[in-house]
Amino acid sequence: METIFGVPLNAFAGQLVLGLVNGCFYAILSLGLAVIFGLLNVVNFAHGAMYMLGAYLAYVLLTMFGVPYWASLAIVPIAVGILGVVLERAFLQWLYKLDHIYGLLATFGLATIIEGLMRAQFGVSGQRFPVPEALTGATNLGFMMVPTYRIWVVAASLLACFVVWLLIERTRLGATLRAGTQNPKLVAAFGVNVPLLVMCTFGAGVGLAAFAGVLAAPLVQINPLIGQSLTITVFAVVVIGGMGSIVGSVVTGLALGVVEGVTKIFYPEASATVVFLVMVLVLLLRPAGLFGKGN
Amino acid sequence: MKRTLILGVLGIAALAVAPMVVYPILLMKILCFALFASAFNLLVGYTGLLSFGHAAFFGTAGYMFGATTKLWGFSPELGLLVSVAVSTVLGCLIGSLAIRRQGIYFSMITLALSQLLYFAIQQIPMLGRDDGFQGIPRGMLFGVIDLSNDITLYVVIAVCFVLGIAAVIRVVGSPFGQVLEAIRENEPRAISLGYAVNRYKLLAFTLSAALTGLAGGLKALVISYESLTDLHWGTSGDVILMTLLGGMGTILGPVLGSAFVITLQNWLADKVGEWVSVIIGAVFLCCVLLFRRGFVGEGLAIWRRFAKGRSQPRVSARPAAHSVTQSTFVEQPTVHV
Repeated sequence: METIFGVPLNAFAGQLVLGLVNGCFYAILSLGLAVIFGLLNVVNFAHGAMYMLGAYLAYVLLTMFGVPYWASLAIVPIAVGILGVVLERAFLQWLYKLDHIYGLLATFGLATIIEGLMRAQFGVSGQRFPVPEALTGATNLGFMMVPTYRIWVVAASLLACFVVWLLIERTRLGATLRAGTQNPKLVAAFGVNVPLLVMCTFGAGVGLAAFAGVLAAPLVQINPLIGQSLTITVFAVVVIGGMGSIVGSVVTGLALGVVEGVTKIFYPEASATVVFLVMVLVLLLRPAGLFGKGN
Repeated sequence: MKRTLILGVLGIAALAVAPMVVYPILLMKILCFALFASAFNLLVGYTGLLSFGHAAFFGTAGYMFGATTKLWGFSPELGLLVSVAVSTVLGCLIGSLAIRRQGIYFSMITLALSQLLYFAIQQIPMLGRDDGFQGIPRGMLFGVIDLSNDITLYVVIAVCFVLGIAAVIRVVGSPFGQVLEAIRENEPRAISLGYAVNRYKLLAFTLSAALTGLAGGLKALVISYESLTDLHWGTSGDVILMTLLGGMGTILGPVLGSAFVITLQNWLADKVGEWVSVIIGAVFLCCVLLFRRGFVGEGLAIWRRFAKGRSQPRVSARPAAHSVTQSTFVEQPTVHV
């Protein structure tokens, strides 16, 4: 059997793919976080909770109403996005003029409430979500066998990131959005309904997190706590990559997922901490972050 | 000055009476968290730095206290000393990393680093991993005072608490504390005035971590048990809530806030089960949205409005006299990060 650094090639490649899959989730979540922060000046602590809601909603739709995975993939992000819009109108809109920390604290409160409600409803035991029929089994990539579902997750995530990039960098709506990030007052003066833009951005951002949640549903034991630690890891990703650039957050997310996967092969004990160690390293060598411009 | 003294005497009187009314263990727990929140407030309230990772110091100190007293047979005072020393060093390390970025990034870095520490300590078999560290002995303080009696222990905790609060008041009232407030109000101006802002921030962070370490060690002593919960970012969130609810940038606020939150948690624990976190989260959200100045801040605002209506000239003569004692109790609620 072929080996690489004394590890069987298959195991190595398997972990690499797993890392890439995790990296995709980091990428989608940090992307949403960055877009929201850009326009709202709010670091959304409830981002992981939204991801968790996405996974749960898909599970509930399947088990209670028989809604298939493919429909959930479209319905869930919209539903969670609408929830996001409601939360934004009800709570967050009052905080934009204040210091950034109040947005963080309010969303922390929201995350606590959402997770508490889900725990009261579903308990903490994990639920299983079956892999959709069409994506079961494994695919031969020529040099290795990979579970088909994982390939789908990577492809769908990258596509989602690409669509977001296209939307923000190449469309008129995106241009307005970027202008709003730079100078909301001036954009409002040009007749753009900035509060509406802000509301929709928040909805889209959390919808993206829910999309990641649906993608993750067949891969994880769904429980109310899956979003928590992810939120913090994504924060570290954002500190490493900086929230300034879309490509930056996607690349950083993917790379860190892979780094985590590789660590799992060679020193599994450190796999939970490696992202944070990378963050320490980046802070020491390049305090502004890999893609950041100043503080 | 006179008001500080009166409040101090009243506070100590309250501490003396309290164990007759409230269950001592609960009271000691409140005092530990009050000290924790006060240390945290030194950073968030007076320097304007929101650390989201203070549980790291609290929990690590607790574990250090447990390890030194149970595994190595240290006496309680030595155990506390080690706890404080370790969290001070840790505070210096984490602080020097976190101050490399500003604003919201500062919070995210402290959060991530505390999570790093959480995972690291979870890996150490000696500390009990997910089971926590059990059976921490109370021991004999200075080799003569037996701490197994709850009231004796209460007196020791209360003395530590008073000393800790006195230290906070001293720091806040010192020229150093004034510079911290200047940094909170307008960092660029503090820099342009020639203050080495980062050095001040780091010192504030380290001081806060040291006091938090004292609180963490004391808490382990009281409960005789240390678990990963104290290291978890949920605890960092709790201490933020305590400080915010009581009133950031006030001396009394964090104490009242932690008394409220701990009592609430304690009262709800066996009544509503999983709903505790929902209620705590709702309190958090309400506090952020409706009364950011906290109990003390809002109370003072109402009091001042009342006083203003009663005697217009006296108050209008005051603004120039923004003395140290006044600024320790009367603070602007906003925190500029």
